[in-house]
Amino acid sequence: MTTAPTTGTSTGTGYTARFKVWRGDAEGGGLEDFAVEVNEGEVVLDIIHRLQATQAPDLAVRWNCKAGKCGSCSAEINGRPRLLCMTRMSVFERDETITVTPLRAFPVVRDLVTNVGFNYEKAREVPSFVPPEKLAPGEYRMQQEDVDRSQEFRKCIECFLCQDTCHVVRDHEENKQAFAGPRFLMRVAELDMHPLDAAADEGLDRKTTAQEEHGLGYCNITKCCTEVCPENIKITDNALIPLKERTVDRKYDPLVWLGNKIFRRRE
Amino acid sequence: MTQVERQQWDVVVVGAGGAGLRAAIEAREQGLRTAVICKSLFGKAHTVMAEGGIAASMGNVNAGDNWQVHFRDTMRGGKFLNSWRMAELHAKESPDRVWELETWGALFDRTGDGKISQRNFGGHEYPRLAHVGDRTGLELIRTLQQKVVALQQEDFKADGDYESRIKVFQECTVTRILKAPDGRVSGVFCYERESGRFFVIEAPSVVLATGGIGKSFKVTSNSWEYTGDGHALALLAGASLINMEFVQFHPTGMVWPPSVKGILVTESVRGDGGVLRNSEGKRFMFDYIPDVFKEKYAQSEDEGDRWYEDPDNNRRPPELLPRDEVARAINSEVKAGRGSPHGGVFLDVSSRLPAEEIKRRLPSMHHQFKELADVDITAEPMEVGPTCHYVMGGVDVDPDTAAAVGVPGLFAAGEVAGGMHGSNRLGGNSLSDLLVFGRRAGLHAAEYARDAGGSGAGRAEVDEEQIAAASAEALRPFSAEAGADAGAAGGEAAGEAGEADGGGARPPENPYTLHQELQQAMNNLVGIIRRDAEMSEALTRLGDLRVRARRAGVEGHRQFNPGWHLALDMRNMLLVSECVARAARERTESRGGHTRDDFPAMDRDWRKQNLVCRLADPAGGALPAADVPDPERGQIRLEKREMPPIRPDLLDLFEKDELVKYLTDEELTA
Repeated sequence: MTTAPTTGTSTGTGYTARFKVWRGDAEGGGLEDFAVEVNEGEVVLDIIHRLQATQAPDLAVRWNCKAGKCGSCSAEINGRPRLLCMTRMSVFERDETITVTPLRAFPVVRDLVTNVGFNYEKAREVPSFVPPEKLAPGEYRMQQEDVDRSQEFRKCIECFLCQDTCHVVRDHEENKQAFAGPRFLMRVAELDMHPLDAAADEGLDRKTTAQEEHGLGYCNITKCCTEVCPENIKITDNALIPLKERTVDRKYDPLVWLGNKIFRRRE
Repeated sequence: MTQVERQQWDVVVVGAGGAGLRAAIEAREQGLRTAVICKSLFGKAHTVMAEGGIAASMGNVNAGDNWQVHFRDTMRGGKFLNSWRMAELHAKESPDRVWELETWGALFDRTGDGKISQRNFGGHEYPRLAHVGDRTGLELIRTLQQKVVALQQEDFKADGDYESRIKVFQECTVTRILKAPDGRVSGVFCYERESGRFFVIEAPSVVLATGGIGKSFKVTSNSWEYTGDGHALALLAGASLINMEFVQFHPTGMVWPPSVKGILVTESVRGDGGVLRNSEGKRFMFDYIPDVFKEKYAQSEDEGDRWYEDPDNNRRPPELLPRDEVARAINSEVKAGRGSPHGGVFLDVSSRLPAEEIKRRLPSMHHQFKELADVDITAEPMEVGPTCHYVMGGVDVDPDTAAAVGVPGLFAAGEVAGGMHGSNRLGGNSLSDLLVFGRRAGLHAAEYARDAGGSGAGRAEVDEEQIAAASAEALRPFSAEAGADAGAAGGEAAGEAGEADGGGARPPENPYTLHQELQQAMNNLVGIIRRDAEMSEALTRLGDLRVRARRAGVEGHRQFNPGWHLALDMRNMLLVSECVARAARERTESRGGHTRDDFPAMDRDWRKQNLVCRLADPAGGALPAADVPDPERGQIRLEKREMPPIRPDLLDLFEKDELVKYLTDEELTA
């Protein structure tokens, strides 16, 4: 797909674009052809909405904010995972046929809507933030530089594009059980880097569980997740690689291992 | 009639935004089994769109702040029409609600000494908004979502089931609140979007936390979910709505390109130094400081600019007036021919802050303008104009318990509840409202459910006839094409009443077209500046749309069918739109989010009046709303009601000179 605006798209005149939209359900389906009006400044979601209003009232699509903030309208445009609301029509040639399909890594419900339940299951498997016992509400003190990194990860809008594109699960259903995916490995990293997370006091070592319970080892840092992230979070560099490095320290450094055994607080 | 699946829970929360999730967490922590029903996926609620922050007088940046100052600002912002008790509770409890989020994992931006940072915002005397860049709503929703998951993990440890005590029914919609013959709530009727299947949740307590009504307007910052569902469900269940004439038009929405018109531009841009200019380059807000705020705002650009560094010795710039004032000013500038090329005004932060600072403080605004409008806000001004943002009006509730007046077992919190913000909400007071009253609604819904289960009265029975009527109502759009019009609607009784305009031969209406016409009518006729004749015209059009909406038809089947969903949402939008139009026509003054061209002044006699909307149908909603016989008469009955006098110790927080502007002489001498 081109990323530079094509000439003539900002002149304000409308035109007719050709679309192929996948329609169907769990039983099967296929691409349907549409010719549809496009106006200046529009995004792909506008075109899908126009199809609903004028040609296909029952065309199923998820969307909410239409401003790249909620992560609902994830789909694949010309085979690339993207947010429909943040993909401007001006990035396409006018004579190009634009193909919109549902996220490939998840089971289709109907048309562009997929069952993203996998992600909610994985979310539940990551142990939550553990508040420090000795601090009352209002007593938390953290420096900005110490929260910067976890805040970067909390920009995540849970569009699940990274989960969709990650080759570990994209065409490998069999890996889904053992692998949390980039979004939830990043969640582990976020909690691990939280300055006040007291998981260790409860005997929970997030670095170890990333490896042993959430499948960090499957990731071979191809950075596909980072490339599709609409929030531009550096998932691989800032979350996954540091987590891998610390995991390696923890796993293979006999001194760290020993210290862990001796000093780990008992409940 | 096919059997509809039923489940039993203690508390049902309708909506999974800030208020809904906070209510659900509270009810679950009180030990009650809690079901949450939401139209979208879990974690996508409209709360994610909130940008600026959560108002709470923690005093982290300016130690002079406290709940009394916050209370005063809130009352001034609402032009003293607020439920003073709600404003008091809100100001007192907000700090605790924010601090509690930190114990659930929230990561706010920090001050130099490691506390939660707080930023300036319109109408707030001190820097008061806890924030995370300009994505505070996302942080709030994610924190609450993750707290729900934490509770589910606890339950899983205890009994091996994540969903045994708190369950989210995502992508489900409630179409009716069910009631027992004695008037108590007995449950809710819902459909699942994915399959189109109906189900009933039986529960003694129902908390409405459905947000607002913005999708009835064309230019809006609100998402598709904002179709006034909770407002309409409450009306249909026999509750009343107050203050529906007050709709907030946020002063700064995007105006270009057309496809993004209405998308919000956070007030933080102004809080952090951004200024508004007209086509002549003039900072016009200095010409629009109303008398009631004259002493509190800078009179010159120099003073306004000094305030950012030295707030103790200077007054704030008028760009930070409450939203209603700024929206009206922008509207006037554009009408006077001093607008920007695309019909807005200029909002400039590029000449006020270094580029790096703008990217740090306003990352999502930077992103949004770059991606959607090809505008680099670090180098050039934005074009902005008013956009429908928030409804101050909502369910008439008891301030302390969030219980809906007149319907035992029904509660409401957040945007769907009325009173808290009076005639105009201050920025930042929404997220705090969600937390304070979400918690209260959850707490009292839990207590009520416990009593209902434990006391002699027992739980209210679900009425089979109501389920049958709700099913028929929800299925009606599928039979519109066959011309089976009124008869299919609500079982035997409703069929008779609706024959008058049956006209079975007419073609079905496209719900998308009906929706667009409704949005256009509300935008043009009951928008930011209102006139008597236009609102009467709006009511006529609403009546016409209501008749046509009865013929709204859908294609396809029940599985994830957006056309069907919209056809069902139309009932709610038409009901709340009528409330807005009727109440707005009745209130012959201008105040907050209600501006009358024909009555431009604020009237002290109107200050203590609430306009109360009820369903005109005497059957209290037993008939489907669309079957109320006389379309001309409308569906809504309006009443004036006097508000309780403000408690003396709260009045004492204000100078007499200020109160004179708002209160009548009798109130002042009482």
